[in-house]
Amino acid sequence: MQIYLPIAEVSVNAFLLLGLGGLVGILSGMFGVGGGFLMTPLLFFIGIPPAVAVATEANQIVASSFSGVLAHVKRRSVDFRMGTVLLIGGLAGAALGVLVFNYLRSLGQVDLLVKLCYVLFLGIIGALMFVESLNAIRRSKKPGAVPKRKQRGWIHALPFKMRFRTSGLYISVIPPLMVGLAVGILAAIMGVGGGFIMVPAMIYLLGMPTKVVVGTSLFQIIFVTAFTTLLHATTNFTVDMVLAVLLLVGGVFGAQIGTRIGTRLKAEQLRILLAVMVLAVCGKLAFDLLLMPTELYSLGATEGH
Amino acid sequence: MLRYLLLLVTLALPVQADEQVVLGLSHDKVSITANFDGSEILIFGAVKRETAIPKDSPLGVIVAIQGPSEPITVRRKEKRFGIWINTDAVEVDAAPSFYAVATSAPLDEILSATEDLRYKISIPQAIRSVGAPMTVSDPQNFTEAVIRIRKSNDLYQHLDGAVELSEETLFRTSIAMPANLTVGDYRTRIYLTRAGSVLSEYETVIDVRKVGLERWLFNLSRHQPLLYGLLSLAIAIIAGWGASAIFSRLRTN
Repeated sequence: MQIYLPIAEVSVNAFLLLGLGGLVGILSGMFGVGGGFLMTPLLFFIGIPPAVAVATEANQIVASSFSGVLAHVKRRSVDFRMGTVLLIGGLAGAALGVLVFNYLRSLGQVDLLVKLCYVLFLGIIGALMFVESLNAIRRSKKPGAVPKRKQRGWIHALPFKMRFRTSGLYISVIPPLMVGLAVGILAAIMGVGGGFIMVPAMIYLLGMPTKVVVGTSLFQIIFVTAFTTLLHATTNFTVDMVLAVLLLVGGVFGAQIGTRIGTRLKAEQLRILLAVMVLAVCGKLAFDLLLMPTELYSLGATEGH
Repeated sequence: MLRYLLLLVTLALPVQADEQVVLGLSHDKVSITANFDGSEILIFGAVKRETAIPKDSPLGVIVAIQGPSEPITVRRKEKRFGIWINTDAVEVDAAPSFYAVATSAPLDEILSATEDLRYKISIPQAIRSVGAPMTVSDPQNFTEAVIRIRKSNDLYQHLDGAVELSEETLFRTSIAMPANLTVGDYRTRIYLTRAGSVLSEYETVIDVRKVGLERWLFNLSRHQPLLYGLLSLAIAIIAGWGASAIFSRLRTN
């Protein structure tokens, strides 16, 4: 069944969109990530204009994060105080990100920026995760080896300390603000929630306990992506409601199925699978940038008319 | 006296052609609804003439449909620092969002180059590009790129021989419009030609617009973007909450 998207102004198969939403939902349920970093490139591949894909994906992430955070609130695994600090940084970052996005769009470099961001961040995160989970598997086969305690010297030297009771931390507010800012910029430019960057940053940089990380990250992501959606809707008019609804209907059901599959797999296996997937998406995008394109020219709307 | 009067009449109507178009359209409106997947427009008509069919050269029929014109920026990629990035850009002043030209015989056989220039019938004539920046040495490549890219999307169509002409009197053709149409007035022109020059011209408009929900959403997103954004968020929050509520109920049962 073909459906016409009023803002994207293209006609696509409704079941294809539901299927994509479902597929990415399963993966995000399995791995506890938003799935934006997979969905946005997939939307590019099926012919949705990049600007619409990025803005609409932000809207869809609001739905999936909200669905996810409710479960975490019940389990009391959300650090609202840390989430709020991250959020303040995140909102500033999102505003900055939309400014950068609009400036580069007028220069015609927005596609390049989005793709470079993807290659860079997916590459780094994927490689780190892959190495880390291989080591974890090796450790679990060698009993007796104790995991090394992380060094967090310089972070404790910073001023403006604050107590985060749920996380059991007493640290400066500067690192969480910075993490929030960075993730906010990425959320606006890449159309992702930024969970795949925020989660490692919270564990390794801020030293938060793993059990509160996912809930807190989801809590913060809801507000940053909601803000990004509003900014894109009011400045670029690129949020497609019909597209968002189709994707999130597929997504929320997929996520529930994915969560069930996820509980049957071991944590290390899950992380290796996620790392491989992240590296595959990164490889495909990098390959496209390096390979000579079949069509050297591209058309864009002229600004200011 | 009568002779002078006749002369006056013929002078007053110098372009009164012997052969004229009588036209029909299968529909003069294209409504973009939620399940819009392109549209096929049937254009049919007859040639009205008072005299016998001229025998000197065959009649040619040309049908051209043109969507709203907009300025566009064409960018070219070049290899820099090992990757392909956009470098040169040329602003094309006006390019129709849709352009289809259907003919009863190869276009260059039934229309001379000067007449094409005058009436702007062939696809390259429909695009207007005056100034390219000094840094770009080959602006014509950019205009050609517009035609090539839009042809591959079926937005520009050159359909030689797609007009069926019978007895030099009745003609018909159908033009397929793709799903990714820009809304607006689509100028539809029909030309009758003999020996390369235009005998008669007929013009009408096909109205392409969004209707129903599509129209409502599009207008809301442009006129009240904040409200539209908030509505999108409300839908997302309700869907997220709903899904979580449904599944937690399923789990407890």
